[in-house]
Amino acid sequence: MTKNTPKLSLRVPEPPARPGDKADFSHVQIDEAGAVARPDVSVSPEVTRDLAFRLVRVLDDNGKAVGPWDPKLDVETLKRGLKAMVLTRAFDDRMHKAHRQGKTSFYMKCTGEEAIAVAQALVLSPEDMGFPTYRQQGLLIARGYPLATMMNQIYSNAADPIKGRQLPIMYSAKDYGFFTISGNLGTQVPQAVGWAMASAYKGDDKIASAWIGDGATAEGDFHSALTFAAVYRAPVILNIVNNQWAISSFQGIAGGIETTFASKAIGYGLPCLRVDGNDFLAVWAATQWAAERARTNQGATVIEFLTYRHAPHSTSDDPSRYRPGDEGAHWPLGDPVERLKQHLIGQKTWSEDDQKAAEADAEAQVKAAAKESEAIGTLGQSRPSVKTMFEEVFASEDWRLVEQRREVGV
Amino acid sequence: MADTTSMNMIQALNSALDIKMAEDRNVLSFGEDAGYFGGVFRVTDHLQKKHGLTRSFDAPISENGIAAAGIGMAVYGLRPVIEMQFADYIYPAYDQLVSEAAKIRYRSGGEFTCPITVRSPYGGGIFGGQTHSQSPESLFTHISGLKTVIPSNPYDAKGLLIAAIEDDDPVVFFEPKRLYNGPFDGWHERPVSPWKAQELAQVPTGKYTVPLGKARIMREGSDVTILAYGTMVWVSLAAAEHAGVDAEVIDLRSLVPLDIEAIEESVKKTGRCVVVHEAPKTSGYGAELSSLVQERCFYHLEAPVARVAGWDTPYPHAFEWEYFPGPERVAEAIKRTMEG
Repeated sequence: MTKNTPKLSLRVPEPPARPGDKADFSHVQIDEAGAVARPDVSVSPEVTRDLAFRLVRVLDDNGKAVGPWDPKLDVETLKRGLKAMVLTRAFDDRMHKAHRQGKTSFYMKCTGEEAIAVAQALVLSPEDMGFPTYRQQGLLIARGYPLATMMNQIYSNAADPIKGRQLPIMYSAKDYGFFTISGNLGTQVPQAVGWAMASAYKGDDKIASAWIGDGATAEGDFHSALTFAAVYRAPVILNIVNNQWAISSFQGIAGGIETTFASKAIGYGLPCLRVDGNDFLAVWAATQWAAERARTNQGATVIEFLTYRHAPHSTSDDPSRYRPGDEGAHWPLGDPVERLKQHLIGQKTWSEDDQKAAEADAEAQVKAAAKESEAIGTLGQSRPSVKTMFEEVFASEDWRLVEQRREVGV
Repeated sequence: MADTTSMNMIQALNSALDIKMAEDRNVLSFGEDAGYFGGVFRVTDHLQKKHGLTRSFDAPISENGIAAAGIGMAVYGLRPVIEMQFADYIYPAYDQLVSEAAKIRYRSGGEFTCPITVRSPYGGGIFGGQTHSQSPESLFTHISGLKTVIPSNPYDAKGLLIAAIEDDDPVVFFEPKRLYNGPFDGWHERPVSPWKAQELAQVPTGKYTVPLGKARIMREGSDVTILAYGTMVWVSLAAAEHAGVDAEVIDLRSLVPLDIEAIEESVKKTGRCVVVHEAPKTSGYGAELSSLVQERCFYHLEAPVARVAGWDTPYPHAFEWEYFPGPERVAEAIKRTMEG
């Protein structure tokens, strides 16, 4: 053994700031809006290597859309997106409160991340299948899924479309291109690849879109998904939502210090984009780019969306125990709603009064939905028939389930 | 009557896949070495050549990826048949099969379904050591939403595989590799006979199904009921002969759904029951069978239900025949049960 080398030491990554510290995002390298080139969709994957370490942004600090990624959306589309984000936020706030009021057992907000799901919901068709995590409620809301039905699921009441079987927020909405959410992290990503392979196998024109958080990229399923997506050139968009936190673990614990999450695509031979996730226009443009690649048989794209999880991980979480209380206020990419609002105001197609009216309208919609759903019942006040507990384990009940159902007396 | 021909289990399984792929474009097959090469056991032989590259293809060495891709395809509306090269290597796919395939219908309120078939060679008796001999069926029978099927002969293998592919639920289909080329009764020092000599190797060339959830009485008897599946069916038949006892040998064929009626009827007739499997004893499927028999046939039982199983050790290499529950061990249990 060599004696003159230092002893080995184990490095355990730590976030730059803990409770009581000053928030520090100096490690987040941010490009100016418009600074990153937009390659042609037919580009070979290796040409996107540089993009893995850059940040695609469209909205500048003044809310102006600049550069090659500007999707040049019409005003109506922009307003639609803004309203859907506002509605998503209002829904989250209401349901978080509903939990505090004891109306449900659990809730998870997506505050600060609304642009990602909402923009993508509007770029893709409901015929394309989204394989979301539990933090893409914006997909449903932007596509007009009934808010009261979402609440019925959250309350596990008699009108819950998944019959009280699932933890709140684990929605399933096939007609809205929203795959049944699982509690097991990462599993949906290689499934999305399989779904996309099926579409290609059949010669159809549908594509899949998969979602995963920064933390869950450490799961083995993430690796399999990228391998299969590359090998079979599956028409799928592989979205990584890097909101900096996986419950209490900062993204460095998932491997985010060493490299960017977008760059993980490089080793698999997949093209990648790294995108300002709080920039509605950038999310839109990146999704459009990836969707076009997929639809034209050019295969999968990995997109890392850089954003920040403003809210607690869930209603069971208290972030003040592991990160500075005001950390979100220092997040350099700001707030997605505020930024799109400023863009519209800058175009003189929107005003603070319009914003207030949109917020009031969103609250009214949420309130009306809550009234409708709560009239059926909140958790414990109403629930589907106990008989349904035994149904749909299989296509038809086997004798054990029949016997057990009778044992319960239903 | 349909044409029949003599097939071994590999040919019967291959025929099932061939027929389903010809009949239904939504059926496709993939797995490690399962495409061009036709599988390390030849079960998918010629399928790629006959049905095309995209219908029978090779997969990366990633059991969780294979399972997940199959699940995604099944959700889309296909009927994928995926291959796990050895049941011993199915564990990386366990999360996908248990947390996903099994629960997609239930958790989505029936919106999404997962009609996937997971084929996997399984079982010991081949000097496969720890990782080419395991029988992990109880890890799947314990999971709500999965069906588990294990054939013991070419006729059933083909009919059950076609039924599994057509089933709207996820089916784990374990193929006893010890039986691929011929029946094996556990008398390992005697020469092995090929399938050809067996009636159950006369397989219709066309399509037929063997329903899931229906057991087969392999030997009628009046003294004791032997519940077995896979290779142990043949071992049990040999053991009954060795013990000189008029045993009723039941091949369960599918563990979930289970043919409880056939079991009850037989045990109520014989009053005695021996459960046999290769998998380790503790928490093996035999514990479930034994419990069911005790619950349902208690007043008919004249002896405790006996279990003959693999030992509670990893599957050893050098001690193959001390580990494998051969005919002598099964015969001893039969005799003990007769004395009870």
